[in-house]
Amino acid sequence: MKGKALRDAFGEALIELGRENEDVVVLDADVSGSTRTKMFGDVYPDRFFNVGIAEANMMNMAAGLAACGKVPFVSTFSFLACLRAGDQLRTSIAYPRLNVKVGAGYGGMSDSFDGPTHHSLCDIAVARSMPNMTVVVVSDPNQTKKAVKAVAAYDGPVYLRLSRAEVPYVLPEDAPFVLGKGNLLREGSDLTLVVTGVPLARTMEAADRLAKEGVQARVIEMATIKPIDREILVKAAQETGAVVTVEEHNIMGGLGSAVAEALVQEAPVPMEFVGIKDTFCESGPYDALLDRYGLSVDDIVSSAKAVLGRKSRVR
Amino acid sequence: MSSQDLIQELKERAGQLRRDVLEMVYRAQSGHLGGSLSAADIVAALYFHHMKIDPQNPQDPDRDRFIPSKGHAAPILYAALAARGFFPREDLWSLRQIGSHLQGHPDMRKTPGVDMTSGSLGQGFATGLGMAMAGKLNGQDYQVYCLLGDGELNEGEIWETAMAAVHFKAHNLIPIVDFNKVQLDGPVSEIMPIEPLRAKWEAFNWHVLEIDGHDMNQVVEGLAEARRLDRCVVIIAHTVKGKGVSFMENRHQWHGQAPNEEQYRRAMEELGGGQE
Ligand SMILES: Cc1ncc(C[n+]2csc(CCOP(=O)(O)OP(=O)(O)O)c2C)c(N)n1
Ligand SMILES: [Mg+2]
Repeated sequence: MKGKALRDAFGEALIELGRENEDVVVLDADVSGSTRTKMFGDVYPDRFFNVGIAEANMMNMAAGLAACGKVPFVSTFSFLACLRAGDQLRTSIAYPRLNVKVGAGYGGMSDSFDGPTHHSLCDIAVARSMPNMTVVVVSDPNQTKKAVKAVAAYDGPVYLRLSRAEVPYVLPEDAPFVLGKGNLLREGSDLTLVVTGVPLARTMEAADRLAKEGVQARVIEMATIKPIDREILVKAAQETGAVVTVEEHNIMGGLGSAVAEALVQEAPVPMEFVGIKDTFCESGPYDALLDRYGLSVDDIVSSAKAVLGRKSRVR
Repeated sequence: MSSQDLIQELKERAGQLRRDVLEMVYRAQSGHLGGSLSAADIVAALYFHHMKIDPQNPQDPDRDRFIPSKGHAAPILYAALAARGFFPREDLWSLRQIGSHLQGHPDMRKTPGVDMTSGSLGQGFATGLGMAMAGKLNGQDYQVYCLLGDGELNEGEIWETAMAAVHFKAHNLIPIVDFNKVQLDGPVSEIMPIEPLRAKWEAFNWHVLEIDGHDMNQVVEGLAEARRLDRCVVIIAHTVKGKGVSFMENRHQWHGQAPNEEQYRRAMEELGGGQE
């Protein structure tokens, strides 16, 4: 099945949103061709601000716009949104709970060839630890469009992690997008794979591979990392007894940590973490980098087997 | 060497760097051509004439430093380092590939001769100020050259450093603005104008040297003058983004795009490369 670049889905969604809501404004910092906010700017030039290469200024401008009733979408590369403009995001947006939506482009290693300076592998941890912040990571083109609408309808700060990558349509077209709700994509009773973002297709493939070996993996797609869907997680942990998280992020502080924090209180089970193992990566082709740095289908399968081994020893 | 011979030699060096940059980006099918080509003459003058560096001893504590604060111009730096013998020329063709020491943006821990890691715009100038202050503290007489993009001047941090360098009398820090009038999304004059640029630096108490960044005589004299003066000097080099390739010149579309085979052949021909 042919896919679509998530950044294109984002650009299209912004245009639709602009038509529906006149208060929506978009800001970008000289990467609007890359993030696709230029699509919005071409249709609504007077509601589009390109601030130049000045992310900190942009973030605080958005705070001011929101304080006066606008619904700003702020767009730049995700490492810049959460780090260069991180203090602005925390102090002027999260703290006063202003209605700013951060469209964090080029998430994970999707800007693969530009290298470690442009990879974004700690942004979920940063955004998630800001009180008041909602954190969403998209994994599929249709879902990206729905997520843009959902976060716009929600009143409060949101960190929306996007991607440059072309991604296959994995989710059913009519799958609803509900903020704060995980998506049960596959039933299974031996263990649960919880995944966020682009590695969704790889995770589904790993579940297929495990099924061929007689292991039934439940798959939950978790777009909202904060607030996390405790209900679906606790149920899965109780029913399957083991959990593997899969994310394009440092294994510290991201989805894996969020899931562990939820489960350790209510339903502790053996867990494994698939993601970047606390290292800077390197320049290279995207898929090859994912394979090399711990996110191959094999990595997911072997983590599933490892957690099954630990589960049998626990019981 | 007579000064005319020197200028001729540096021009030829710059030509070769341009051809190498084009070939690197073509082979990798990824990388930033426009801002590498605009800086080629400046980088050639620095690496083949002005800078005190020793390829056999890349960590020499007394060496001059060069920081491409506009780190996406990594290809032009890599081409110069290879030409000076810091690593084999063949390495250039591994740009941006897995296992290569040539990252998309400069990595001081991977590439011999790279003095500082950069790539997130606005930061290299300040790291250069730190290096300049270390040199002053140690009584060393090395110079620190920073290459700044004109779009990069949008960043507030650049002006924080401009303020601090004058205050700390970092006369051994020489910023060179690659004033090619184009940033990523379009012309600087349309995206986020920076004029009057000379007056801005002067208001921050800098002495400004304005040169044609493609006139090798002016480049060499400007760099020498900046080193000679005992005050904070910035070189504003008027350049052309994509310089040397007619269909790339002044076009923001060629900021970060790789040429296809036909474009590569045409560009190589315009840069004086023979048909292979
Ligand atoms: C802080 C930061 N913001 C954005 C980018 C993305 N980016 C890379 S190059 C570039 C444009 C740079 O323009 P300029 O400084 O004029 O460089 P040049 O024209 O010499 O290539 C942008 C926006 C970045 N690398 N770092
Ligand atoms: Mg420029």
